[in-house]
Amino acid sequence: MQHKDSVPISRRMSLWEYANPKKFMQVSGAALPWVGGLAALCLAVGLIWGFFFTPDDFRQGSTVKIIYIHVPAALMGINAWLMMLVTSLIWLVRRHHVSALAAKAAAPVGLVMTVIALATGAIWGQPMWGTWWAWDPRLTSFLILGLFYLGYIALWAAIDNPDTAADLTSVLCLVGSVFALLSRYAVLFWNQGLHQGASLTVTQDNPISDIYYWPLITSISGFVLLFLTLVLVRTRTEIRRRRLQALLNRERMA
Amino acid sequence: MMPELGKYAVEVISAYVVSVALLGGIVWASLREGARVRRELRSVEARRDRADG
Amino acid sequence: MIALLRRDMAVATRAGGGFGLGLAFFLVVVVLVPLSVGPDTAVLSRIAPGILWLGALLACLLSLDRIFALDFEDGSLDLLATAPLPLEGAVAVKAFAHWLTTGLPLTLMAPVLGVLLNLPVPGYRWLLASLLLGTSALSVIGAFGAALTVGLRRGGLLLSLLVLPLYVPTLIFGAEVARRGAEGMPVATPLALLAGISLGCAALMPFAAAAALRVNLR
Repeated sequence: MQHKDSVPISRRMSLWEYANPKKFMQVSGAALPWVGGLAALCLAVGLIWGFFFTPDDFRQGSTVKIIYIHVPAALMGINAWLMMLVTSLIWLVRRHHVSALAAKAAAPVGLVMTVIALATGAIWGQPMWGTWWAWDPRLTSFLILGLFYLGYIALWAAIDNPDTAADLTSVLCLVGSVFALLSRYAVLFWNQGLHQGASLTVTQDNPISDIYYWPLITSISGFVLLFLTLVLVRTRTEIRRRRLQALLNRERMA
Repeated sequence: MMPELGKYAVEVISAYVVSVALLGGIVWASLREGARVRRELRSVEARRDRADG
Repeated sequence: MIALLRRDMAVATRAGGGFGLGLAFFLVVVVLVPLSVGPDTAVLSRIAPGILWLGALLACLLSLDRIFALDFEDGSLDLLATAPLPLEGAVAVKAFAHWLTTGLPLTLMAPVLGVLLNLPVPGYRWLLASLLLGTSALSVIGAFGAALTVGLRRGGLLLSLLVLPLYVPTLIFGAEVARRGAEGMPVATPLALLAGISLGCAALMPFAAAAALRVNLR
């Protein structure tokens, strides 16, 4: 915060400007209605298009419609963690509070995305593979990712001092990323012994035709924008909460 | 109006319902928490301004 | 360093240090398994490697919070942080002491419990080898988890939640070595991967744990 004034003029307009909480609140407040509106629009168009106006797959029947939720949710489940990894690194290196708070704000959203991906996967799996749950490598790694989210959220909740919490969760996020990746490969290795080549998802098997492609892209954009909206809303809440705490502490001192 | 979902109607519809419910849940929780914190912050700021003035 | 190791060993093994608890827990878990899945020896010998690995892992988890908690309470952790020995080194030594007092005894006890579960004869060698290698990784990863939660009052449950997902790769490769060994299959690949994980953890995790400790001591 203090070093802001000592930044050379040439770098004044850099991206780091937005790391200033005040600036962030201004910009995000102005952007929020647009991003939120666009998210709602994309989601509505993508999902309605996908649900009502796409043909059934000749092999999977109407279950192919689940793809418009399943794939975007899975994508966001992973990307939310990647975003948390990046913002955690920024916090550790540059000590921008907004960055740490954005990571905190993203975690529950990422967890919900992961749960949606798992739930729709299970519902899809029942008619297609004849079981709700198979210990398929992909499913298993997603479940493990969900566990990492739980641990991360629990650690944030457990620590009182906000800066300590930000530091420790950032370290956990870094280490967790390495281990999540290791688990991904470990799980691949582990399941080869059971059933060979369990490539069970549609996207891998047959490249999707255009009829499914465009609604899917719309739906994915909707999920990305929704994620962005939620992270902005929740980060703003966290910043306000921090300020609230500071004011309350000052009151208590007086 | 309803598309012909064939024998998988239950699966497809339940997948959509579950997902929309979960998304709605996180949106609602985020907005509610946001409104609560904003309200509290406003009241504390008002209190402080009174004390200062 | 040697002095620190000696001291930690002494603390762990003295009365009330919880030295035998992990072993007793391991025994109880293994006894409960046949009671829950039935006494069919064919089933038991099939799941024996996995159960022994899981039991050892859970028993190891029990004593993790002791790695730093006592030193944190009496302030000697602050002394360690300012000592000439780098904190990373101190963490490594403490994790090693944890392994000597937990992982090693668990490893040595596992074959005895294997008898209870009808572990096939070729499995014993690989069970020993995989546990010997794998429990070291469990101790170092656990030290990281303990460092994260050291200042918390009710850290025990949180510690389990944080550490268990981190244990996944170790468990997968370790149990795979034991399983393949028991079924008489070649074990070279998972054994190499397990060794890689253990060495990697031993080399890198002390840094992460020391970073977390420094934050908690601030």
